[in-house]
Amino acid sequence: MMYYSRLKLASIAAVCLLGVLLCLPNAMRQPGPGVPWRQIHLGLDLRGGSYLLMQVDMNSVTADRLRTLADGTRQALLGAGLGYRDVATDAHAGAVTFTPRAPSETEADLKALRAMPMAVPNEFAVAQRPDGSIAITLSAAAMRLRATEAVSQSIEIVRRRIDATGAVDPEITRQGDDRIVVELPGISDPERVKHLLGTTAKMTFHMVQDSALGGLPGPGVSLLPMMNAPDQKLPVADHVDVDGSDLTNASAAIDQQTGEWAVDFTFDSVGARAFAATTRANVGRRFAIVLDNKVVQAPVIRSAITGGNGQISGGFDAQSATDLALLLRAGALPAPLSVIEQRTIGPSLGADSIRAGMISLGIGFGLVIVFMALFYGRFGWYANVALLANLVLMVAILSLFQATLTLPGMAGMLLTLGMAVDANILINERIREEVARGRTPLAAMQAGFERATSTILDSNATALLAHIMLFAFGTGPVQNFALTIMIGIVTTLFTTLLLSRMLMVRWYARTRPTVLPV
Amino acid sequence: MFSRPLLRFVPNGTRINFMRGRFMGLATSAVLSIASVILFLHPGLTLGLDFRGGIVVEIRTQGPADFGQVRAALATQHVEAAGVQSFGAPDDVLIRLDAPPAASADHEARTQALVDAVRHAVATLPGAQVLRADAVGASVSAELFRDGMLALGISLLMILGYIWFRFEWEFAVSAVITLILDLTKTVGFLVITHFEFDLVMVAAILTILGYSTNDKVVVYDRVRENLRKYRTMPLAELIDLSINETLSRTLGTSTTVFLAALPLALFGASLSSFAWVMLFGIVVGTSSSIFIAAPILLLLGEKRLRRDARPPR
Repeated sequence: MMYYSRLKLASIAAVCLLGVLLCLPNAMRQPGPGVPWRQIHLGLDLRGGSYLLMQVDMNSVTADRLRTLADGTRQALLGAGLGYRDVATDAHAGAVTFTPRAPSETEADLKALRAMPMAVPNEFAVAQRPDGSIAITLSAAAMRLRATEAVSQSIEIVRRRIDATGAVDPEITRQGDDRIVVELPGISDPERVKHLLGTTAKMTFHMVQDSALGGLPGPGVSLLPMMNAPDQKLPVADHVDVDGSDLTNASAAIDQQTGEWAVDFTFDSVGARAFAATTRANVGRRFAIVLDNKVVQAPVIRSAITGGNGQISGGFDAQSATDLALLLRAGALPAPLSVIEQRTIGPSLGADSIRAGMISLGIGFGLVIVFMALFYGRFGWYANVALLANLVLMVAILSLFQATLTLPGMAGMLLTLGMAVDANILINERIREEVARGRTPLAAMQAGFERATSTILDSNATALLAHIMLFAFGTGPVQNFALTIMIGIVTTLFTTLLLSRMLMVRWYARTRPTVLPV
Repeated sequence: MFSRPLLRFVPNGTRINFMRGRFMGLATSAVLSIASVILFLHPGLTLGLDFRGGIVVEIRTQGPADFGQVRAALATQHVEAAGVQSFGAPDDVLIRLDAPPAASADHEARTQALVDAVRHAVATLPGAQVLRADAVGASVSAELFRDGMLALGISLLMILGYIWFRFEWEFAVSAVITLILDLTKTVGFLVITHFEFDLVMVAAILTILGYSTNDKVVVYDRVRENLRKYRTMPLAELIDLSINETLSRTLGTSTTVFLAALPLALFGASLSSFAWVMLFGIVVGTSSSIFIAAPILLLLGEKRLRRDARPPR
């Protein structure tokens, strides 16, 4: 208890030096030689920027798959020369149902449907229901897998879209099962980003079923509104002839003939082949370019288009054409995203907060140091050295993990400094008591260290518990507060139980005093 | 200053008889807590954006704020503000909007769209800039509230469990009863000061709970030590002795934490209300260790903890 081996001394000193070294990058503008380049990141509340919490619409993931499954069912049955009635999708049960043309065809129907391609093994089950109809039910496991993929894919596409806007250091992370957090430092008006992320940008090419024009759409045909005139509706086949995801490039351009803004696009080889085949087979008919369930344009096919190039025009201006080109390049979101929480901090408020945090930290630190010096003398100064080391180590650990520092995080540091001297006070008071009982300096110090240690561990353990809970259930700034305090508890234990005690022991060993300064 | 301490909080070897005033302490605490519960029921807490949902936009205008002009600008965007008020400096304006009723299908989208409308309105004011713009949807605010309450509840349970494990159940129960009394008073303080109750306040309350527990653990630790040391001393006397022995430390640590939090309350910008709640909690937590937790421990433990004090059978 009263002896520190050379190795222990060296290790404590090494940890403190390492702490100083890790702190250095935060005070420098550029990486220097021999300095580990890891800095603390300033949180959005200090730096200014936008935070968006987005919800992935999982219902539409299921609905989408059911629509393609229903389409696939029709194609499979028609291909086998079988008939069907009343094809319906049940989003709640995750199933497509239909009634066979005649009961005698049921076996053939089941066989044809079971041969349909599956995205994953056992994606769906085909079974006859008691009322004679047939249900194709998606399995829960397959839907969960699809939902997980939808979120991962959404994150990837959100990242591509945000990168394309030129935002600096964006952070895109998953939260929970179906949410995405987007943090954009320096962007204090997120309106354009919200618009870009709120657009699904799913572009597909369908045939227009002119025969049904005016009357009710037949099976497998939907009435879709025109983008420029939402009152006008066009009957469009559900079957997707060419998918807009098969694009290699898209760019905004001015149409040479009309002088209007348009978006030029180029298909990849798969898309180009499908586009050529469709246009060749349907010369003279109209096809619809559908974007997020709205018809952008429905031109008549004059001849087969084999070059793999196309152009969409539909009353764009420079901004909307640029944005659509960006969205098509980045790819469609697998499901619609909606913003459910947004927080924006302007740059001037961030600067105010940094100043407020720094002033508070400086004054608080100063007050505690003066207090310890006045009330605890020499041992109080040792506690102050430990306190400084504590601050350095906290900053070092935050830098090492390249953690984010927010205003609540700074408050956490400040409170840690206030609490950190508790351990020193406990030790000092204990030594004081032992001296009053008439013990020798050596015995008093020994008893002080020994008795105070278990109390220090107990009191820090309870504080740790409360902040683990805060970390587990909090979000953003509150988690940051809890994190700095948890780091602070660890550094406090090191600096008080090892560093300040070592200073006291070394002083004793050097001077062998007959009276302790307590 | 560099050698012997210049000042002393408490003279050595105090013998203050705290337990004599135990009923006084408990009664005062009960009255304050009951008053706080009444305040909590009516008028109740001012819920912050995190828990209430809706929109808060803070703007800084050029020169002292003209509220009529701000309202007129909002009206041109068809935005009906629930509150346009000043905060902090005279050129700072806070615009508050309630969330659209959660019953409508597109209330989330409308909440988010409203922020842009407010931004467009602010853009028409000459020289005005947006300091902060937050919009929290109804589903998020409900979740944040649930998580906040869960964190509070589980923390209390874990503290109960920890003290039970480390000490005896009398210690754990008296600590948690005291913490709940502390908590009610803090809630009363929030109601009186009109500080907004949000996630940051939950963090303040949890920190206070952690700090208050820490304070009680130190006193309990001494009680336990003295229980072994003085096997025949009556419990009331023993608790008094333990409080007196740890008094200097209790006041010393409370002071340093208080000093650390004080600048944050004075200069801490958006965290100032958080820091005031901390300061209140430090005072309450420190006094409750002496005047509440110890008397409850005495009441609960009089028969059980002092088995040795009885004449040998």
